[in-house]
Amino acid sequence: MQDRKTQKKEQIIKASLELFAKKGFYTTTIPDIAKSIQMSVGNMYNYFKSKDILAKEVIKYISSFLGSELQKINEKDITSEEKIKEIVSVYFKTAVEKPEMIDYFLRVFLSNRETFKNGCEGMVCVNEFVTEIMIFFEEGVKKGELKDQDFFSAFGLFMGYLGGMVFLNGENILPTKLDDYIDDISTNIYNALKVE
Amino acid sequence: MKLLWLSALSCNGNVHSFFNYEKIDSFLKSFTFIYHPAIESDYTLQDIVKKDIPCDILLLEGTLQEGLQKAGVDIEDLIFRYGNKVKKIITVGTCASFGGIFLDSEEKYGLHYRKKEPHDKFISLKEKTINIPGCPIHPQTLASILYSIKKEFEIPLDPYQRPKEFFAFTTHNGCLRNEYFEYKVDNHQFGNIEGCMFYEHGCQGPFTNSSCNKILWNEVSSKTRSGHPCLGCTEPTFPKYNFFETKKHMGIPAHLPLGVPKRAYLSLAGVAKTFKIERFEKKLI
Repeated sequence: MQDRKTQKKEQIIKASLELFAKKGFYTTTIPDIAKSIQMSVGNMYNYFKSKDILAKEVIKYISSFLGSELQKINEKDITSEEKIKEIVSVYFKTAVEKPEMIDYFLRVFLSNRETFKNGCEGMVCVNEFVTEIMIFFEEGVKKGELKDQDFFSAFGLFMGYLGGMVFLNGENILPTKLDDYIDDISTNIYNALKVE
Repeated sequence: MKLLWLSALSCNGNVHSFFNYEKIDSFLKSFTFIYHPAIESDYTLQDIVKKDIPCDILLLEGTLQEGLQKAGVDIEDLIFRYGNKVKKIITVGTCASFGGIFLDSEEKYGLHYRKKEPHDKFISLKEKTINIPGCPIHPQTLASILYSIKKEFEIPLDPYQRPKEFFAFTTHNGCLRNEYFEYKVDNHQFGNIEGCMFYEHGCQGPFTNSSCNKILWNEVSSKTRSGHPCLGCTEPTFPKYNFFETKKHMGIPAHLPLGVPKRAYLSLAGVAKTFKIERFEKKLI
């Protein structure tokens, strides 16, 4: 029973992500989401008591998805330079194939802190993703490949850069495909983080 | 029961620490030193070297060194001579156990280990050896083990031959700063009773096997209770360097609590650090 409930929850999260991307976070209602998966509004509340609770579960779902992708990279026996390229590739691939995920992170989670202030303080709801980034940095420093520096200086440089590029891509400002930037961006990030 | 206390390269810190054993008068009624470098005993070191004096337990203190002599005799010969006859051998302190602070060349070693690496110089004596590391040893640990030997109790040992009774748990166990540790708040000033010293001040308590916070020193205190980080002195790796600063890799402690996987630690730490708890940010007394 628990498994079925979890599956149903995931179905709701996926449907709400699509609707948030299509209609916007504030204009999408619980009845809209229920309707999109042929579920009664009453039943929907058995899974999520409010839209705020759903919003927090959605960001945890995205963090968990990206975290598990990064964990696979972290567990590979490759250099930090190669890992950076793989992380950039995964992030851009997700932005292209599942744009609703990155979109939600950038446009909903980061922009609507009121919704997330109770229960998603700081990095609580994106913990799985941030943990993998921490492990990547820590192992890179330990292997002597990355410079030992303040975590947030490195985190901001890495994630801010990727988020910015995905934003520009989403606004159709980039003259070429996001994938075409993987090599240059990976090199730039590596040059900024490597041991001098 | 008769004891022989032999010192190799040593600062005699363990001798002095043992003098602080609260029940030493009663102890000396149960045990006799055939020779001790500081306590009046029945024989001199010359007697020990020249004759074979009967005894039950050999207590060895200090780092061993190739060619080191005691009263004109190679200490290795003395260790074999008496070690072969006694019921048990106890290495008293980290130097005799793992090499310790004097370990600065290949010619120096502990009785069975050189830091973490076992060696087989005294392999025939290994089975009867109990390692009691510490810089210095906790007097009650030594006394308790001696009484256990006398009573013929079974003494379970860990992989470094330390008695589990005293070394299965960490210094962190019983530390009064645990609520600061739980929420990842260092915020410590040396000597203060507030704050956890693991995150910034080099405390090795969460990954050091000892009873320091369960069996208090002089029955009243411990390093961490008095505002000083644990230096990890019971571990084979002692001494590390830079005792008062936590070694980190991009903000993440290089040494994590014993047995805790990195991913689990970071997940928990990430969440705990999010909450700013006012009570932990200020002096309470």
